[in-house]
Amino acid sequence: MASITLDGLAHAYRPDPRGPQDYALKEINHVWRQGGAYALLGPSGCGKTTLLNIISGLVVPTRGRILFDGHDVTRLPTEARNIAQVFQFPVVYDTMTVRENLAFPLKNRHLPRETIARRVEEIASRLDMSAVLDRKASNLTADAKQKISLGRGLVREDVAAILFDEPLTVIDPHLKWQLRSSLKELHRSLDLTMIYVTHDQTEALTFADTVVVMHDGAVVQTGTPEELFERPAHTFVGHFIGSPGMNVLPATVEGRTAHVGGVGIDLIRSYPTLPAGEKVELGVRPEFATLAPAGSGVPVKVRRVDDIGRARIARIEIGGHPAAALMPETLSLNGDEAGLTLDARQIHIYSGGVLVAGEGAP
Amino acid sequence: MEKPLNNRAWLLVAPVFLIVAFSAIVPIMTVVNYSVQDTFGNNQFFWNGLGWFQELLDPTTELGGRFFDALWRNLLFSAIILAIEVPLGILVALSMPREGWKVAATLVIMALPLLIPWNVVGTIWQVFARADIGLAGWAINALGIDYNYTGDSLAAWITIVVMDVWHWTSLVALLCYAGLKSIPDAYYQAARIDGASRWAVFTTIQLPKMKRVLLIAVLLRFMDSFMIYTEPFVLTGGGPGNATTFLSIDLVKLALGQFDLGKAAAMSLVYNLIVLALCWVFYTVMTNTGSERQQVETQP
Repeated sequence: MASITLDGLAHAYRPDPRGPQDYALKEINHVWRQGGAYALLGPSGCGKTTLLNIISGLVVPTRGRILFDGHDVTRLPTEARNIAQVFQFPVVYDTMTVRENLAFPLKNRHLPRETIARRVEEIASRLDMSAVLDRKASNLTADAKQKISLGRGLVREDVAAILFDEPLTVIDPHLKWQLRSSLKELHRSLDLTMIYVTHDQTEALTFADTVVVMHDGAVVQTGTPEELFERPAHTFVGHFIGSPGMNVLPATVEGRTAHVGGVGIDLIRSYPTLPAGEKVELGVRPEFATLAPAGSGVPVKVRRVDDIGRARIARIEIGGHPAAALMPETLSLNGDEAGLTLDARQIHIYSGGVLVAGEGAP
Repeated sequence: MEKPLNNRAWLLVAPVFLIVAFSAIVPIMTVVNYSVQDTFGNNQFFWNGLGWFQELLDPTTELGGRFFDALWRNLLFSAIILAIEVPLGILVALSMPREGWKVAATLVIMALPLLIPWNVVGTIWQVFARADIGLAGWAINALGIDYNYTGDSLAAWITIVVMDVWHWTSLVALLCYAGLKSIPDAYYQAARIDGASRWAVFTTIQLPKMKRVLLIAVLLRFMDSFMIYTEPFVLTGGGPGNATTFLSIDLVKLALGQFDLGKAAAMSLVYNLIVLALCWVFYTVMTNTGSERQQVETQP
């Protein structure tokens, strides 16, 4: 049982990193609470797997420390850490039965035979694998193999955290839900820290209590799924989470009005602290922008309407900049002119991509 | 529905049939024809029935004696070759570099012996191992060990085995290396997390994953060593005495040296059957492990 602290962690694969561009992982300070369900979300190549491998000890970071419950484990080898990891592609030992696979980590640690047998039975019943214990592991399906690799972590009573590196990549879509909910169940019944790496926002948002969004080697936001949705701390988070993503429009701000390509939008906060010289953008999610008849709200041009099943999304232009908005069922358009009503509380201002807190919010 | 009968398809098969007939069936039937006859030259042949085969398979006769002697020599040689080259090849593959310029360098160096024509290999070693002018032979004698492969059977055997190991271990190593390279990193990482020792990693991950290429390596090395001819022929010519006379060398002696066409034909047919039978065994084992794997992937 442990909380995991990342203290000024950074990693470069080159031996002589010169500038920030050489770092696969820029400096990170973060605490993974004991018993939390975390997701590490980001596109391919954003450094999330590097971070995971540093936690599990497969990679030694260039700078910084990693602490388990306050003990520095930065230079400890993998096998000396209380960590288990489930990989993208199922790893089972082909020549062994399921039982031998589950017993393998305990056998390597020279536990008494009775203890091993008891633990294996226990974990097998938890994973619903008691029936296949004596089958060759290589003869099972991909999702069963993933359960075995998870089981090899769970049998160890000392395991403090389980790391998942995109574990559902090779699983059939209809089994993904099943496996994900059994993971969630396991997390609830076992007091384990779980860190789940994925580039799939649905997986991240449904699995985790806290989502850590990474972009270009840096953590851009840590928060609950709601926070990520309602207050993206970075335009990247706005883009990456949500479907379609947040509208990010170049803007200038004067007092409580933002100007987007000559169109004025009312704000409920003012932003006197905006640094000069940085690019200013206005962000609003399509879910908080609703199309209205021409003449009301902000004037926009409608280019196209997509039916995405649960809603209709209008592709519009605000002051010449493309955006997306909700199209109410009852609205019928006359030509391409329309109005746009915005939920003023859900309009965010970004400076250089980073969220700026306004002043005078009600 | 009545199927239309059309025999024109035979015309399309005819060219292939002709080529196979001239390249395989006719030569083999010629050998079969020789094997049931005796000749004293002058292109005169006499019917001998299964006489040569009976003599060949009876170790108490002169022909049978030398056939079984050569056969045991062959089997012993193949066993020694496999026992050395397979473990050595695995060991070499395990210690080969995994990335960087060293990979290319190692691969080129490893491939070199495989590119040398077989009779040149024989010649190289014949000179290299000579006690008077060869570097290796001279050096061994200079160390005080009496070594002369032209006079001593054991020395001749050791020289041939070392030569074969030098020539062919690369093949086993390269095959194993390919097998090792195909193992995803996640397996090694999982093994580290599971606290597996180096030996456990070898027996539970590397060896099982190499099984298929190893089978191919064993098949290739067994067949090649069982049919070995050129290198020992150049190096020792089958001597001293008959110490290194393998089946193929004996066959050539019998057919071209003594011109005993009937005996040689019978011997080559039996030799051929042995090779075919062993091939079949290997093939069955290999396809069985292959289908085992298929089963794995298609199972619900």
